[in-house]
Amino acid sequence: MADNGHSHGDNAEYYALRAEAIQALLIEKGVCTMDDIMTMADKIDSRSPADGAKVLAHAWVDPEYKARLLADAESALLELGYDLPETAPKLTVLENTDDVHNMAVCTLCSCYPRAIIGRPPAWYKGLAYRSRVVVDPRGVLQEFGTELDEDVQVRVIDSSADYRYLVLPKRPAGTEGMSEEDLAKLITQESMIGVGLALTPEQVSAS
Amino acid sequence: MAQSPSAKYKPGDQVRIRVGVPPTHFRTPEYVQGKQGEIETSWGAYPNPEGLAYGGDGLPAQPLYLVKFAQTDLWTNYEGAAKDALLLDIYENWLESI
Repeated sequence: MADNGHSHGDNAEYYALRAEAIQALLIEKGVCTMDDIMTMADKIDSRSPADGAKVLAHAWVDPEYKARLLADAESALLELGYDLPETAPKLTVLENTDDVHNMAVCTLCSCYPRAIIGRPPAWYKGLAYRSRVVVDPRGVLQEFGTELDEDVQVRVIDSSADYRYLVLPKRPAGTEGMSEEDLAKLITQESMIGVGLALTPEQVSAS
Repeated sequence: MAQSPSAKYKPGDQVRIRVGVPPTHFRTPEYVQGKQGEIETSWGAYPNPEGLAYGGDGLPAQPLYLVKFAQTDLWTNYEGAAKDALLLDIYENWLESI
């Protein structure tokens, strides 16, 4: 694998073997079964950025839904049929506006709103992102091609406890009248972490 | 959310983060230890990870808060805007009144 900044780096084979050994031990000692492990893996893989984008696009078109989503994300997700597992960490949605830009990180490990957008990208778990975004968020934003005005407040959210944070990106100008389905295509994984902005319709049609 | 004593702090309160490296699994990064912040949100109480990580029940549960710091207070050479902020969830046993 190319160097993606992930701290496991060149030891990928070692870590894969180690995970396999731990798995075998857990099963042998009766802590869990292979079925439990497969069920959990399937649960994580059943969500993807498209799920988050669908919810957030709905918030863009329905201000009352947006208010409910920001106040109590879990109930609002349930309205759209997303029943988060009881074991999942709590979820909160943070809104990016003309004045405030939120971006999420987990400096401890890789806390991420998996229950609604699936697994994090490799760079999110990498030491480079985790260590730099708290110190130099605007520099990191620039590397992702995200330019913000100096008068926008940048808020870095370090999720390291019981809450996970999903960013509601700012709705781009020129998207009035677009269908919810088309709006969802503007909402990328990077924009839901806060390292990027939502795409413009021109960016989508050019890709 | 677990039952617990009520939260000691409320949004807007100024707090200092305790300094310490206990021999356990703690979730208060050293870069905020000793720093002053402001309670942004009170989340209710959650099992203490310092016990949970060792097979315990994490009780008594700890009130958990989202605490806001000024970036310029955290880093001496912060290059962004003066109003930029960092927010982090912290359990009450790591907070000190000012």
